[in-house]
Amino acid sequence: MKAIDTKMVRDLKHMRGQIIAIAFVIVAGVSVYVTMASVSDTLQTTLQSYYADYRFADGFASLRRAPQGLAERLQEVPGVNQVQTRVSAVVNLEIAGFDQPVSGQIVSIPEAGQPVLNRLFIREGRLVRHGREDEVVLNEVFAETHGLRLGDTLTAIISGRRRTLTVVGIALSPEFLYQVQPGMLFPDPERFGVLWMGHSALAAAYGMQGAFNDVSFTLAPGARLQAVIERLDLLLAPYGSQGAYGRQDQISHNLISEELNQLEIMAFMLPLIVLAVAAFLLNIVVRRQISLQREQIAVLKAFGYRDLAVALHYVKMVLVIALAGAALGTGLGVWMGRAMAELYLEFFHFPFLVYRLDWPVVLTAAALTGGASLTGAVLAAQRALRLPPAEAMRPAPPATYRPTIFERLGLQRLLDQPTRIILRNLERQWIKASLTVVGIASACAILVMGLFWGDVFEHIIQVQYGLAQRQDYTVTFAEPTSLSAIHELRSLPGVLYAEPLRSFPVRLKNGHRSYHTVIEGFPPDPYLRRVIDADLQPLSIPAEGLLLTQNLADILEVRPGEQLTVEVMEGRRYERRVPIVGLAEQFLGVGAYMSMEAANRLAGQGAAVSGAFLLIDERHEAELMRALQNRPAVASIVSRDRAIAAYMDTAAETLLVFTFILSLFAGVVALGVVYNSVRISLSERDRELASMRVLGFTRGEIAYILLGEMAVLVLVAIPLGFGMGAVLSAVSAESLQTEMFHFPVILRGGTFALAATVVLIAALLSALLVRRRLNRLDLVGVLKTRE
Amino acid sequence: MTDGSEAVFETRGLTKIYDMGEVQVHALRGIDLKLYRSELVVLLGASGSGKSTLVNILGGLDTATAGHVFYRGTDLTRAADRELTEYRRNYVGFVFQFYNLIPSLTALENVAIVTDIAKSPMKPMEALELVQLADRADHFPSQLSGGQQQRVAIARAIAKRPAVLLCDEPTGALDSKTGVVVLEALERVNRELGTTTVIITHNVVQGEMAERVIHLKDGQITETHHNEHKKKPGELTW
Repeated sequence: MKAIDTKMVRDLKHMRGQIIAIAFVIVAGVSVYVTMASVSDTLQTTLQSYYADYRFADGFASLRRAPQGLAERLQEVPGVNQVQTRVSAVVNLEIAGFDQPVSGQIVSIPEAGQPVLNRLFIREGRLVRHGREDEVVLNEVFAETHGLRLGDTLTAIISGRRRTLTVVGIALSPEFLYQVQPGMLFPDPERFGVLWMGHSALAAAYGMQGAFNDVSFTLAPGARLQAVIERLDLLLAPYGSQGAYGRQDQISHNLISEELNQLEIMAFMLPLIVLAVAAFLLNIVVRRQISLQREQIAVLKAFGYRDLAVALHYVKMVLVIALAGAALGTGLGVWMGRAMAELYLEFFHFPFLVYRLDWPVVLTAAALTGGASLTGAVLAAQRALRLPPAEAMRPAPPATYRPTIFERLGLQRLLDQPTRIILRNLERQWIKASLTVVGIASACAILVMGLFWGDVFEHIIQVQYGLAQRQDYTVTFAEPTSLSAIHELRSLPGVLYAEPLRSFPVRLKNGHRSYHTVIEGFPPDPYLRRVIDADLQPLSIPAEGLLLTQNLADILEVRPGEQLTVEVMEGRRYERRVPIVGLAEQFLGVGAYMSMEAANRLAGQGAAVSGAFLLIDERHEAELMRALQNRPAVASIVSRDRAIAAYMDTAAETLLVFTFILSLFAGVVALGVVYNSVRISLSERDRELASMRVLGFTRGEIAYILLGEMAVLVLVAIPLGFGMGAVLSAVSAESLQTEMFHFPVILRGGTFALAATVVLIAALLSALLVRRRLNRLDLVGVLKTRE
Repeated sequence: MTDGSEAVFETRGLTKIYDMGEVQVHALRGIDLKLYRSELVVLLGASGSGKSTLVNILGGLDTATAGHVFYRGTDLTRAADRELTEYRRNYVGFVFQFYNLIPSLTALENVAIVTDIAKSPMKPMEALELVQLADRADHFPSQLSGGQQQRVAIARAIAKRPAVLLCDEPTGALDSKTGVVVLEALERVNRELGTTTVIITHNVVQGEMAERVIHLKDGQITETHHNEHKKKPGELTW
């Protein structure tokens, strides 16, 4: 090995403490980036191959009843590739040991082999056999939630008859990654599950022999979904179809793809910020570290080493650190990415995982860290190289200091010598100081943003379930029914109050924009289910016209005062023009609301109700549930607590896990920035500080000079970090917004306090570490050599 | 020495002005000087007389503000940084007052850092033997005394077989007994290798070991004298 390389190895060894601190930051930045990016890529890839392998359909439609012969005509529609017809029904279930209402969607499957589309992944057991009417395959999530195993039985009320079904298989389906009860936003596997039964058994029960009420299809290559839907709708309309729709409106796909998109944004945007801060820090550290070697650079030059050779020496040195850090970070990232992907695998119930780490991710990480350290090394080396060696070899001339602004203002009497040293240093090296401040502030900002998401979800739940949806239970009827049903509900045990609801499916249209949803009709001044405005105040329901949620108005591009075309899709189909009379605030889902009377007029079926919101006395809850379950008219019963839990389990959990991990890394970065900063200051100023010790200053007094400077920087950085964090939060809320969710920017005092605390703890830890070094300052050694 | 032997260096009207922010320091004010092959010259002067500046310019570590330096007929004042680097790499050996050893390298490695890049160097160990430090080859600078460190620095300077050896206060940081050992090493190198050697000092006594003593004051040469009889370093006391 050449002597100069030996020097490199020895120098690296000698600076190992600091190198570990730098590497820590690089490893943190790179690993969080690689983890998140690879998890996101992995989930997207896994989902795509799951869909492809199990033939997930491109489009769907449900109808009342159509003869099997129609399938052939559907198959002939240009642009349609494959067609799968089924019988599907929502039924009430009874599961031994679980006394709450449970409903299920039973979907028919062929009795020999897999369906053409939406195939099942059999986790355990088998598919149903021909002629066995009591066999059923359960969705894994539902089975796990209720502890149902192969050979267990459950009861289903099929067409009013109790049937005992035996579990012969546990399966997964790309169609029901999330099992969401019709009309709900989120899955609730305790109360709703998907079951598969043999086609002939189910068809017989529902009088659907030789007929179907559900169809899925795939598109031929190059076919346009919208054109195919229009043609299919023409064929399906006479059979009671509510309109065909594509994957993006299929609820399971919609939920999972939005979730994965959010992950993708979070996975690239935020870790990249962490990585950028790490790279930035690396740059500063490298620059200052090399500046410390200016005399050695001069000596090398004096002996005739060329500039390039000297620069290369330092480039090699930092590349060793940066690339070792990047390699370690990538390794750790792959390991964490796999572990996290495994967690998500269980969470989403994917049958398999296709782990994927894209080269550009690794290259970006390596390029950012390598680039940052390289420019740092080159800039610093260049500065040292520019000086004639004779000059560089002398210790740097005392830097030019001048009285600070405080002193120029005549306030020097207030400042003791050490404080003046701190202030003058900060003022003279303001660029260095500001860079450090920005580094610490970035870490603080990431923390604020991580914690912000906790606040957001809390706020959403408070508003959505505390102000707007105050009912304990929502009951929906199988068919619109007369108002007397509400009086019956009120007379049930434990019901304190029942508020009527009228809802029906519609397609809202404005020009070429349309949206498939339901209109919900409420009493004029509802007590339980309220509609709120942007100031979170309850709105009165106007006698005429529609209230739209802001996001729905945005999708349809309408404003209050304008009119919409409403295509009613319950029973007979027809269109009406309806004015928009106001906008509502709603964070979850979209909504179109009107008065119950107006809704009934629009639906054209007289005074009917579709369901009710209930306020109950918890002491009679179990009794009430039994009473409701025994009413065939009741199609579903949803509890508010379960809705909140379902929301937290799906939408919130993935984001919160993500932001938690991110915050953790932000803490590491904060520690890295502060520690490295103080540590370098110490090496730059050890002579000065040792001289002061010789002159009789105590350890505490010199620590004050060094750490006081850092304290000032940290205290400036924290409020800046708050500001940056608020902006970052707003940007992330904006970019994660979807049709179904929009996120208010709610920043609470506690969030700022916690972020500041983490930064302060990081600063304190660094201070303690450096204080230990200060105590061991070699007074004689430092002063012995050189003038 | 006679004008008949070969001049290694020649300076004409050499001037150096340092810009120290608000003040200008005239370090050299028109130096005319010739240095000959194999000569041992002592530059005497108080601190601030300009002797370090002169040696730094001769060695290509610094550039003159005005005037010329010729090394074997080549004008160094016109040389680009790259040419100066080549010049230092091939022809000049430096010994500094504070040794400037690289702390992370052992004695032997500190010599090797020069032999790695020189054209026809001696073996690092050979250079250490010349300064009688072969037995300390594996010691780090921190494990060596000041005199030993300076001898390593001398070994490092001569290992490339330089045409000229420039020593800036080589004994400045040493006690007199150790200083003598270092001067003996320099004298041996000058004698055995015939390297033109310039020693800067403010110690008048050290002038007695030189062939020629040049006095500098305020950036000008005030006096030059030749020693009829050079003394051995061992005979010097201060």
